[in-house]
Formats: sequence, C-alpha cells, structure tokens
Amino acid sequence: MSILTTTDLGVSFSTESGTVDAVRGVSLHVEPGETLALVGESGSGKSTVALAAMGLLSGNAAATGSAVVDGHEIVGAAEPALRSLRGSTVSMVFQEPATALDPLTRVGAQIAEVIRNHGDVSAADAAARAVDLLDRVGIPSPAQRARAFPFQLSGGQRQRVVIAMAIANSPKLLIADEPTTALDVTVQAEILELLRRLAADTGTGVLLVTHNMGVVADFADRVAVMLQGSIVETGSVEDVLLRPQHEYTKRLLAAVPRLAVAEAGAAVTSGASGVAVTSGAAVASGASGVAVASGASGADGSDGRRGAAPVVDLRDVSVTFGRGARAVHALQGIDIAVHAGETVGLVGESGSGKSTAARVALGLVKPTSGSVHLFGSDLRTARGRDRRALRSGIGVVLQDPVASLDARMSVAECIAEPLAVHRRGMSSADRRKRIDEVLDAVRLPRALASRAPRELSGGQRQRVSLARALVLSPRLLVADEPTSALDVSVQETVLEVLRELQDDLGFACLFVSHDLAVVQQFAERVVVMRQGVVEEQGTTGATLMHPTTDYTRRLLAAVPVPDPVVQRQRRVERLATLGAVTA
Amino acid sequence: MTAQLAPEAPGAASLVQPVAATGWRLAVRRFRHNTLAVIGLVVIVVIVLFCFVGPFLYPTDQTHTQLSQANLAPGAAHLLGTDAVGHDVLGRLMFGGKVSLMVGIAAGVLATVVGTLWGSIAGYVGGWVDAVMMRVVDAGIAIPALFILLVISAITTPGVWGLIVILGFVSWLVPSRLIRAETLTLKNRDYVLTLRAIGGSHARAIGRHLLPNSVSTIVVAATFQVADAILLVAYVSYLGLGVQAPATDWGGMLSAGLTAAYSGRWWLIVPPGLAVILVVCAFNAVGDGLRDAFDVRGR
Repeated sequence: MSILTTTDLGVSFSTESGTVDAVRGVSLHVEPGETLALVGESGSGKSTVALAAMGLLSGNAAATGSAVVDGHEIVGAAEPALRSLRGSTVSMVFQEPATALDPLTRVGAQIAEVIRNHGDVSAADAAARAVDLLDRVGIPSPAQRARAFPFQLSGGQRQRVVIAMAIANSPKLLIADEPTTALDVTVQAEILELLRRLAADTGTGVLLVTHNMGVVADFADRVAVMLQGSIVETGSVEDVLLRPQHEYTKRLLAAVPRLAVAEAGAAVTSGASGVAVTSGAAVASGASGVAVASGASGADGSDGRRGAAPVVDLRDVSVTFGRGARAVHALQGIDIAVHAGETVGLVGESGSGKSTAARVALGLVKPTSGSVHLFGSDLRTARGRDRRALRSGIGVVLQDPVASLDARMSVAECIAEPLAVHRRGMSSADRRKRIDEVLDAVRLPRALASRAPRELSGGQRQRVSLARALVLSPRLLVADEPTSALDVSVQETVLEVLRELQDDLGFACLFVSHDLAVVQQFAERVVVMRQGVVEEQGTTGATLMHPTTDYTRRLLAAVPVPDPVVQRQRRVERLATLGAVTA
Repeated sequence: MTAQLAPEAPGAASLVQPVAATGWRLAVRRFRHNTLAVIGLVVIVVIVLFCFVGPFLYPTDQTHTQLSQANLAPGAAHLLGTDAVGHDVLGRLMFGGKVSLMVGIAAGVLATVVGTLWGSIAGYVGGWVDAVMMRVVDAGIAIPALFILLVISAITTPGVWGLIVILGFVSWLVPSRLIRAETLTLKNRDYVLTLRAIGGSHARAIGRHLLPNSVSTIVVAATFQVADAILLVAYVSYLGLGVQAPATDWGGMLSAGLTAAYSGRWWLIVPPGLAVILVVCAFNAVGDGLRDAFDVRGR
C-alpha cells in the first residue's frame, strides 16, 4: 500500500490581485522504500505539493482533492491530528540547513526534543538515541558533537543533523525539498549517499523535490515532471530521463548542461544517444575553441589591444580580511590572467575565494599584496580620471537577478546608468538609440525599456543586467554566477546570448561559477580554486577531462550527471576511489 | 531558437504581481485598501483645514482678554464656550492647533532630516566612523528626552522656532538608527556594487540608489516622528515650558484649563485633549498604512 497518495490535489492561493492556482489536479503515489522525484522549474508548484502533503500550507492557501499519508487524509484535517503525524509518520528535510536549526540549542537537544514530542521517552533515553542518530547520519564522534551548537558545524554536518531530526521517529515518509541545493557538490554527493542508504535500510518512502536532474538521476526510482501546477509526465527514472515522452520534459533535459568526463567515457556517448545532441555539440565546439584561444593569447580580439598583454592580470594576489587571530586569508598568492576574446572559468566550492578574485579584478576589493593590471595599467597607481577611464572598459553581471537591478528605476534607466557615468555629454536621442541596440543584442523586445524590473522574469532581468554591462562596449566582462539563480532552460538562453555577443564583440570574460558543466561548455580556460589558492589551471578540455590534481578529480566525480545509468556507474567508481583513499 | 525554447516559467512571485502596475501606483492602491489609514488621512486634512482655514470662517479675538465674557458655557454665541479670560474656546482650538501642528510637523521633519543624514553617512561610510557616530546615538538614547527638555526650559524660554529646533534635536536618534540599517543593506546590493565596479561616484550611488530606495523608510519614519513631536509639544506646553501667552497650543490649553475642570467646565479640557488624541492617532494610522503600502519591494 502506498505511503503517500494524492488524488486530484489542487492548491490555490488567494492574493490581493486574485486567486492563483498553484497546483492543479496532481495525482501521485509513493510506495514504501521508493523515492519519487518531483521535478520542475521555479513556479511549477512542486514545493507546494510537498507542503500540502505535510499540511503545512500557508494561511491564504486552499487545498482541494485528497492527499493521504499512511491512511490519514491530510486535506482538511484538523491541526492536532496533523501535528501527531508530522515528525513521526511523515517528516521533512528543508533546503537551508542554516535556518532549519535553532542556533541557540545544542544539536543533541534538538534531536532529543523531536523524539520526546512523539513518544513517552525519558530525557536520558532521548539523549542517548540522539547520539545514535548522529552516528547513523555519519557524524564523527557523535557523543561530543551532540553537545555542539549549529554554528560549530559545517553546512554539510548541519544538513546531516536536520536529516537525523527527520528520521528520529522512523517516519514512513520523508519529504526532502531541495535537500542539497544549498550545499557544495562534494557535500551534496555525501548527503545524497546518506539519504539513499537510510531510505534503503528502513523502507522509508521519499518524496524528493528538486530542480537538479543530476540529483534525480542519482537518487530517484521514479520521476514526476511538473509544469505550471500539473504533472506532465511520470515514469521510471530511466524512462523519463533517457526516453522522455512529453515535449516539455525533452526541452528541459536538452537544456541541462552536461558534464563530459574522460573517466566515465560512456557519459558522452550514452547521453548523446537520447537527448543531449545539442549540448553534446556545444561541448565539442567549446573544446575545439580551446586550442585557438589558449595559444593565441587573444590576438584576434576585434577591439581589444593587439599584443600579448592580458586584459586583466592578477599577479601573486593575496587578500586578507580582518587582522590577527581572526584574519581570514581569502586569497593566497593567486595568478589569473584573461586575454582579449577568451573566457576564463573560475570554479571552486563555497569559500574557495572565486568571488573575491572576481571582485579584486573589478577593483572592488583591494589586494593585501600583489598587483592587478587592468588593460595594461596598474589599478593601484591609477588615480581619478584615469581610473574612471579604465573602469569604463568593464562590464559586470552578478548573481542575483532581483538585487542586480534597482527596483525604483525603469529598465531603460538601469541600462543607461553606465552611460550616465561615463558619457555625460551623450544626447538623450543617442542614449535611447544605444539602449535599443543593446536590448536587441540581448534579444529583449525594445518595449521592455519602459517597464519596471519587477515585471520581468529572472531570465529577462539577467539579460537586462547583461545589456547594462554591454552598453559601454566593454573589453572585459566579469560575470559572477550569472545564471545560478535561473532555471536551466532560462540559463541556456542567457548563456547562448552571452556566447554570441562575445563572438561579435570580442570582449574577454571572467566567468565565475560553481557549476562545472556550465564552465565546461562556456569557458576556454578554467581556473580551479580551493581555499584561496589556485589548485589547477589550464585549457578547459584538458583540465576537466584529465585533471592533474586530486581535488579537481574529486570535484568532478561528485557532480551528478542527469543520466541514471551513467550516474550509477560514476557513484560506484567515486565510492571505490574514496574507499581506496581512506583505506 | 532558444527564445521559444525558454518558456520563462512564471515564478510564483511574478504570478502574484499584477502586470503593469508601477511601484507607486501599487502603493497608492494598497494604501487605499487600508480603511484606518484613509480615515487617518481624512482626519489630518480636516484638522489642518480647521486650524488654518477655520479662523477665516469663524473669526474670534484671541489676543485681548474679555473678562466680561469669561467662563461661559457652550451656547449659540460661543459654540464651545469661553475660557477664564474670555477667549472663545473653539477659536482658541484653531489658534492653538496652528502652533501644535506647525511645531509638531516641523520638529518631526527636522528630526527625520537630521536622523537621515546622520544614519546614512554612518551606514555608507562604515568602519570606525560608523562606530563613533552610532555610539553618539546610543548615548543620546540613554538620556531621557524629557530630562533634556526640562533642563533647557530652566535656562531659557523658547519661542516657536526655538521649540522646533529643540524638539527636533531630541528626537532624531531613532530615525537615524532606522536609516543606518536601511543604508547598510542597500549599499551591498548588487546594483550598487555594479555601479562602483564600473567607476560610478559615491554621490551617484547615494543620490540615485540609496536615497530613492530609502524614501519609503524615511517617509514612514517621518510620519511617526510627527505624531511623536505633536505629543511632545503638548506635554512640554502642559508642563508650562511651551510657547508663552497670549500664544498658546493644545498642551497649553490643557494646562490652563486643568483647574477649571474640577469646577465642571469640561469644555476647557475635552476639546484640546480630543484634538491631540485624534491627530496623534491619525498620524500613526497613516504611518502604518504607508509602511504596508511601501512594502512591495520584497514581494
């Protein structure tokens, strides 16, 4: 019998501008010991389904249809009945481990509280079981760690504690809403491994909500694809990911950037057999571009200065924040150079210093030591007018599509801001014309110019950011995670626009990303960073196909690929390598 | 090709937002849906008209005492009666209201302006400048405003302008903290970083981004400051430290009428008391309404 069955589940939110149907007629079921992945892009209603199954919808939501958990109807159930189910029969793992834990309570006590909420257990027994649970979720020296506060644990450890709380009362259904999205890939791989093992050991049914097809391939048995509140396709993970039937699923999968790796040579071929034709081609073209750019030192940059001087050159740059015992060495003697016309991908996990390096290149962070040359001039010695002139050659695109544009300005004003800074004398007609040109360049309709950023989608906003970055015809574009807040299909569009523009305009691009697959498709050279140090750098093809350092190898092995067959093989290989390392 | 590939799945946020409503229009609509705030606005408008236009429609002599007309109960000749020296109370309510409103609004605005400048400089510059400026604020908050007012009034008797300056300078501390917090979050927004990266000046960052985006916070703070200042004027005058006779304000009227209240002459106490309560509540309701109305950025 199914542990979770929803029948014709509908959820609508009443807002001040009318009623919004977030979920429409969703019917699905999760069997004991099975993992059902609910995938879709933002706004598809996948999280709302998960919350409805927990009875955790917000006050302005109305649910219709039925959601039955272990024989109990959730829709319309009274709060006390729901409370006795939550945490015992069904429990939830949320996306952000930092906010899911009480910062002022020791983690052991937080787990014990969940145990005592649902059973007549003595405090001592609960504490002992909390230690057992920490052990089960793989936290080393659990007895000591139970006395730690959440801030003393790493992000991955915190998520393990959240999982320990979720499985404390041996739930029959575990709902995991983007459980690894906030984590680095190597940590993500560990957490997925843990969840898989726990589900298999205890026969718990798992409803996994995610946007990441790699995670789906790694973890799920069955997949349900959601689009605008409805399920458009359901099936086994192999069927849906390798032989998608619905048009939308096909598009979605085609847009997922795929990592091509030499070790798992099967990855490229088997992926290409199904859906990855376009992206496979993209990888190939990216790889062929490598040879040209790496040797030529950007000599073919159309409007860049000719010669060997890089557009931006960081030499032996160190950055230290703070002083004394609390000093943080964000960068330690790194060398990065970007030449005209080439794209350099800066990759690494959180805390590796990649964003700091980008900010040093932009002149937003002053290096503690070392030198930064922008267009051949030293940023430190340039003053006043020269410094401003240097900076007019830079374009910037940052991560957050919401925070990147001032909500109080129109799209045209946002795009025109660099002109207002550097081309004061420009007539408003010329300005208007230039805005239309860059809107065309990023493939946005000119009519958007008078709109407010608020009315635009995330992808459109990032293209407005790109338009603003391009309005001065920059020689260097610094993009810090420009697509990581976007859905894959939108990401694909933005990256394609970026690539075309670079071909036309020949600017150099420093591309910061945590997503190795995106960097592999997009960058000619790659710099792998770890804890403020450049671990490895070289052409993208060589570095990501045949990495020379263990760290890069581990990073690559941890990336889940959206192909269940290949991913299973990669997982086995990865665990074997890790086992060999520890043994 | 990819343009059609990307359905740009409308996020939950964009579904909720009505298309083509600008921020200001949306704010006005939200404000209009807040009944209490609209009532508050109407009350403020009515009272302002009453105080500033009323004297032309209902002229009374508020400078000369007329002892023959003293202490009359409300009647046809004097709608709200007269006080101990023969001033018409209704007329006096307008006359005193002018002072109360002018001093209250001017002091509230002054406090907000000083607080905004102080807080935004501290927040934007940061570092030790911020630390020093904020310790000054902490020290100021630690000293009760009433204590400062008592000390000042012991030294000097302020006129209307003096009162505005004094009240303004005892109440800028809270808005300065609010604006500093706002500045701290705004200056690290991506669009400010982007502007700085391409070489935009600090003046531009402040003038084009920080100030326009803090306007809502500033306006809301100002509304509450005005309400506070009107109350402050009333109790400063009530303690006999306000404007001097023959000028008066609502607090002064309360103070003058207090003894009379025990002999049953309620009309000396109730009208100015009600006026103060009404105006303060109205400004607070409007402030609440504005805060909700402006809270559109996060949604």
